[in-house]
Formats: sequence, structure tokens, C-alpha cells
Amino acid sequence: MTGSVMPPSQSPWNVHRASVTAIHDEAPGVRTYNVTLADKRLRNCYSFAPGQFNMLYVPGVGEAAISISSDPDKPQVLQHTVRAVGNVTNSLAQAQIGDELPFRGPYGAAWPVEDCQGKDLVIAAGGIGLAPLRPVIHYIINRRHAFGRVWVLYGSRTPSDLIYQDQFDGWRAHGIEVLTIVDRADDNWKGPIGVVPDLLRQVTVSQPATLFTCGPEIMMRFVILGALNMGWQEHQVFLSLERNMNCALGFCGHCQFGPEFICKSGPVFNYRRIEPYLRLEDL
Amino acid sequence: MAKVDNARSGGYAQGEKAWMAKNALDDLIQALRRRGYRTVLPRVSEGAIVYADAKNTDNLPIGVLDAQDGGTYRLSQTDEDTYFDYVVGPHSLKNYMFLPREPVLSGKRVDGKWHFSTPQDPPEPLAVIGVRSCDLHALAIQDKVFLQGEYVDAAYQARRAALFLVAVNCRRALATCFCHSMGTGPALDQGYDLALTELGGNEEEGGFVVAVGTDSGGDVLSEVPTREATKAEISKAQEQVRQLAQELEQRDCGPADAAPSASDLPRQRQLDTGGIRDLLLNNLEHTQWEDVAERCLACANCTLVCPTCFCSSVEEISDLTGEEVRRERVWSSCFTAEHSYMNSGVVRQNTKARYRQWLVHKLATWIDQFDVSGCVGCGRCITWCPVGIDLTEEVAAIRGDQS
Ligand SMILES: Cc1cc2nc3c(=O)[nH]c(=O)nc-3n(C[C@H](O)[C@H](O)[C@H](O)COP(=O)(O)OP(=O)(O)OC[C@H]3O[C@@H](n4cnc5c(N)ncnc54)[C@H](O)[C@@H]3O)c2cc1C
Ligand code: SF4
Ligand code: SF4
Repeated sequence: MTGSVMPPSQSPWNVHRASVTAIHDEAPGVRTYNVTLADKRLRNCYSFAPGQFNMLYVPGVGEAAISISSDPDKPQVLQHTVRAVGNVTNSLAQAQIGDELPFRGPYGAAWPVEDCQGKDLVIAAGGIGLAPLRPVIHYIINRRHAFGRVWVLYGSRTPSDLIYQDQFDGWRAHGIEVLTIVDRADDNWKGPIGVVPDLLRQVTVSQPATLFTCGPEIMMRFVILGALNMGWQEHQVFLSLERNMNCALGFCGHCQFGPEFICKSGPVFNYRRIEPYLRLEDL
Repeated sequence: MAKVDNARSGGYAQGEKAWMAKNALDDLIQALRRRGYRTVLPRVSEGAIVYADAKNTDNLPIGVLDAQDGGTYRLSQTDEDTYFDYVVGPHSLKNYMFLPREPVLSGKRVDGKWHFSTPQDPPEPLAVIGVRSCDLHALAIQDKVFLQGEYVDAAYQARRAALFLVAVNCRRALATCFCHSMGTGPALDQGYDLALTELGGNEEEGGFVVAVGTDSGGDVLSEVPTREATKAEISKAQEQVRQLAQELEQRDCGPADAAPSASDLPRQRQLDTGGIRDLLLNNLEHTQWEDVAERCLACANCTLVCPTCFCSSVEEISDLTGEEVRRERVWSSCFTAEHSYMNSGVVRQNTKARYRQWLVHKLATWIDQFDVSGCVGCGRCITWCPVGIDLTEEVAAIRGDQS
């Protein structure tokens, strides 16, 4: 037989048993689910890096790629902040505390948080895109002295769509500058109206600094364009991309983006690496 | 079992060559079956040569020849006693290793608690007889996808380890073949347990020179009536393989679009792979993508017949009570809208984007991902495209504009 001799492998499709232990409403249609692994041993050795995601599984409905949005230094409880948009995410929206929520993961490349230490960092997020960046914020707060100045530039369509609003003051208390902006204001909104790239102008960093961005692709393009116009270098910019994701294992082919598999070499990429492909329509 | 007595005692070692009479192919099949292998051979079905389960050579397409060209496939019956002179049909090893549909997870709720399991049954050992050099290379490419990445596809791995391959050196190449351009043939060079080179036709006594590729190949062969191949037989077999290789190489002499003088003859394919990765990646906005999109039906035939295409989707299947669920992986294709669907919209909105994804992946970004081209030059996508779209012509058109 010509097959290579290898020990038989565990199926990578297997899921960890887990359940929902708390639910928190973030914004209309957006909830954060605390997910706790059933197996104590696994719970104690499970770890993840900021920017990684899990494949959450609703039996009978399917899986969805969802970033881990909680503190990477406390991986015993995993939070996932989910916007209800389709099959899996809408049935997840029906979940109650105590419901089983099996998953597999963590997958993907992380934000290079260690490399940013000692430097200034700008986090630019739109909508649900703040979820995969929240572990970065936790990470910084847990070792605040190791970082320079930190900004969170965050925008959404309306003020009520801003997620994690109840935490902004806590972040500010740790010396993180949080600036928000919305497309459409309501009567109570006192902040600026516009788009996230507009907030960049309020930031003055000591270069070399780092920029992390996640949100709608069009928003990220304009954030990056703005930064480059302000003299940032391409290699200082990291972004998290989204494509249809079926397996997260590098098998299904759906998440290809030029030569990359977003599940394997992403979702977090250095801008310089993928810039040639980001420019193209329909790639 | 009686015939086993005729077999050379002691078996054959890797690298040795035996002579096997044509009718002993049945003995080889029986030897494999005695060892528990399910045996699969070529046969004619609905006008095409496919792989199918077979217990003997009764349905082997003896004397059948195929003619293939863009969008056409025709079989003809000759009265020659040739066992393997047809070339590749729509099936490949992909149909057996990367299954068109397979369960990946099942779950059952008992007393309100879910229990999940992944398929554990060991696969039935499988022997495929009649595979070609391009298909062995395609298998090696799929191995890279499913076995050599960060995650290992355990079910594929188990099937792969239980696979026995009896390969055949091609004696004919079709107009659609361009294995020589891709470095994947026509001569068998790797990946087989046993390699057959068919010698002789009706006039002379026919038989096979059998090269032993693995110890288990040698083992199985020891139960088959054979004798050591003579020097003359071995050099005849080598010469035959060399001649076909040379015939193919000669295609490379003319420019890609040089029409053969007799214009009815199908174009003899070849692909200039020089700098092909950069050629395609530097031409992602070439007008040829619009041109091909005018012709392409986005039917996905090309991806289904391609022996290396590996895209898939998982379907969720649930019983009526919702207490039993199953997740099944099925082949999918980059030509569908579902493939690039996100709730924010379909990324590859049109056929232009989808054909470009297919071809650029196959011939360019595959190299970034797996260090090898995703094309083995088998020509299946040309033959089975209902409108005869030919990737070698699409690349030549893009390359033509560069000079
Ligand atoms: C790396 C990564 C991290 C993500 N993190 C989050 C997060 O933290 N919070 C959150 O709310 N959403 C996140 N998403 C998006 C989330 O995966 C989709 O919203 C979700 O898959 C939609 O599934 P559905 O069944 O509800 O929708 P449907 O529209 O019914 O989806 C059908 C199928 O399409 C695919 N699909 C549809 N939309 C997307 C999409 N946007 N991204 C990837 N695949 C998609 C999936 O394979 C899904 O099974 C992330 C996506 C990726 C790729
Ligand atoms: S792309 Fe076409 S010629 Fe190349 S391996 Fe696939 S089916 Fe064969
Ligand atoms: S290239 Fe041909 S086979 Fe492939 S999708 Fe288009 S029409 Fe179908």
C-alpha cells in the first residue's frame, strides 16, 4: 500500500461538549454568550490567543465561525459575541442559559499582541468587528505597563448598535482612549457623526506604532487608506478578514482569498501580505 | 487457489519486474480479493469508461478506445486484445479517497444530553486497477491537502492507508492529455504498488511487464502466476513508454495555437507552465476572464471531474424529532454562489470571478498553498466541459498578450 505510514489521527470534526452559562444583550440582535466546556480537564487546558475563533455548533442547524471575545488570560469561560444574521446565528439567539453549545476550536492566526509591546497601538473597529478585538483590550489591561498609548476607535450605524458600551469607562480607567462615532445619531447622541476613518485624525502616536482593524471590509479599506495617508507603513497594519467558512481546517476551500486560506493563515493578516488581493473586486 | 502453485516462490521485492500473462490479471484480482480488498476496475457505463466494483475482468473494456476533445468523448470498439488502451474517464481516485459524500459527525440526544461521535469504522481495503500516472500525481496532491496540513483528515487517512494501486503505463495519449507539460506523466514514476506495462497486441503473445513498487505489491504478486521478466521484455516495455513520452514532448515544439495541418484533427494540448503563477496573478484583471465568462455555463462539471479539486460543504441532517443529527461533507464547487456566500453578500458575484478563482487557484495560488500545481494535465475538465472550454487555451490567450 502506498499510503504514508502515520498513526491514525483523531477526527478534526469532533466537537467539545459545552453549554451556555450566561447571556448578555449587547445591542439589538447582538448577544454575548458565555460558554463553558463540560469536560473539566479540557476546561483547564483550553487556551486561545486574541483574534482566534471557534466553530460554534447548534445541533440540527449547523456551525458558525465566531471569534472569542473574552479575556485570553481567563480561558475557563469563553465569551462569544454574536450578531443574528442567518440560520445558525438566529437559532443561537433562541438559546437559554443551560443549553448545550458544543464547539470546536480555537482556530486561526492571532493579533500579534506581543510584538506591539512597548509601542502605541490603535484599534479601529466597526460594528460586530469589535468582538475579535476585545481580547486584545483585555490582554493590554492585564499588562497595561507593557504597552504605550492605546486608542480604541469604534463606530457603528446607530448609537444603540455600539457593543460593549457598558465597558468603555472601565477601559478608559486603564488609560485606553475610547472614541466612538455613528452613521446616524439619535436624540441622545452627543458624539461625532461619521465613519471610523474620521476618528483617525484625532490620534497622535509615536511611530512605529501598530494598527489593528476589524469590521466591514469597506470600513477597513478606508481606515487603512487614512493611516497610510498619515504616514503609517503597510507592515504596521493588521486586519481580520471574513469569508464563507465551512470547516476552519483548511479542507473546504471556501475561505480562499488569493493564495491564502483565511482559516489557516488568517483571519488576522498583516496588511502588506494581502494588499495585492484586497484591491481586487470579487476575488 | 490452484494457480498459486505456478507463482514464483518467495515473492518479488520492490523494484523487481515480472512477466504476467494477460489472463493472469484475473488471478491478480483474486489474490487481492483473498486478502480482503474490494476491487475496482474500469468498465463502460453510459458511454464512458468509469471505475466500478468488479470481481473479475469480465467487464474490462478490452479493445475499447476513447477519443476526447473539448466537450466530446467517444468510445469505439476494436477487435484488438488491448486491456488498457483507453485513457482517463470522468472518474478518478478522488471518487474513492475524497468521497462525494461522507458523514463527518453524528449526534444523538439521550435524556436531554447530546452525545457526538465521528465515524470510526475502519474502511474496507480497496484495490484500484488501471490508474494512470496523472491520477497518481493527483492523489499525491490531494494527500497534501488532507494529510500534510495543520489538520489531518482522519477518514481520508484511513482510506488512503488501505489503498492498493495497480497502475498502468499509458500507450496512447489523447488530444486532451498534457501530463508532459505538468511533469506528471505519461510514464509512471511514483505512487503505485504494482505498475503494468502492456505489451503485444493480437499478433504476438500479449502480457504485462509488472514493476513492483512496494513490498505489499510484491507480496500480492507472489500469489499470481508470473515469472521474472526477461531483459528483452523489460527493454521493450521501457521503449514503449519512452516513445509515448517523446510523442508528447514533440507537441511542445510548435506554438500553443499552431493548428495541425489537417484541421479536423483535435488540437494536441500542451501548456507552457513557464512563470505561470506570476503570469496569472499579474493578469487578474485581464479581459480574457470576461471572454471566458461569456462561454462558461458555471455548471461545475470541470470541478467535479478534476482529480485534484477538493472543495466541499457540510450539510446538516436532522431526523424529525431533532434528537438525532448527522453532518455530511459533500463535494462543492467554486462555480456556485453558495461557495462564497456571506450574510453581507456573495463575494464572487459572477461567472467571471468564479472561473478566475478556479483557474488561478488551479494553476497559480495552488503553488503558494501546496508547493505544487493543482493541475496534472489529465484533460478531464476539457472533455467534460459542455461548451469545450479549454484551460490551456485560456492560459495561452493571456500569455499571448504578454509578448
Ligand atoms: C473568522 C471569523 C470570525 C467571525 N467572528 C464573528 C463574531 O465574533 N461574531 C459574529 O456575529 N459573527 C462572526 N463571524 C461571522 C459569522 O461566522 C457569520 O455571521 C455566520 O457564519 C453566519 O451563519 P448563519 O448560519 O447564521 O447565516 P447563514 O446566512 O444562514 O449562513 C449560511 C452559511 O454561510 C456561511 N456564512 C454566512 N455568512 C458568513 C460570514 N459573515 N462569515 C463566514 N461565513 C459566513 C457560513 O458557512 C454559514 O454556515 C465571523 C466569521 C469569520 C470567518
Ligand atoms: S484542471 Fe483539468 S486537466 Fe488539470 S487536473 Fe484538473 S481536470 Fe485535469
Ligand atoms: S468551464 Fe465548462 S465545465 Fe467548468 S463550469 Fe464553465 S461550462 Fe462548466
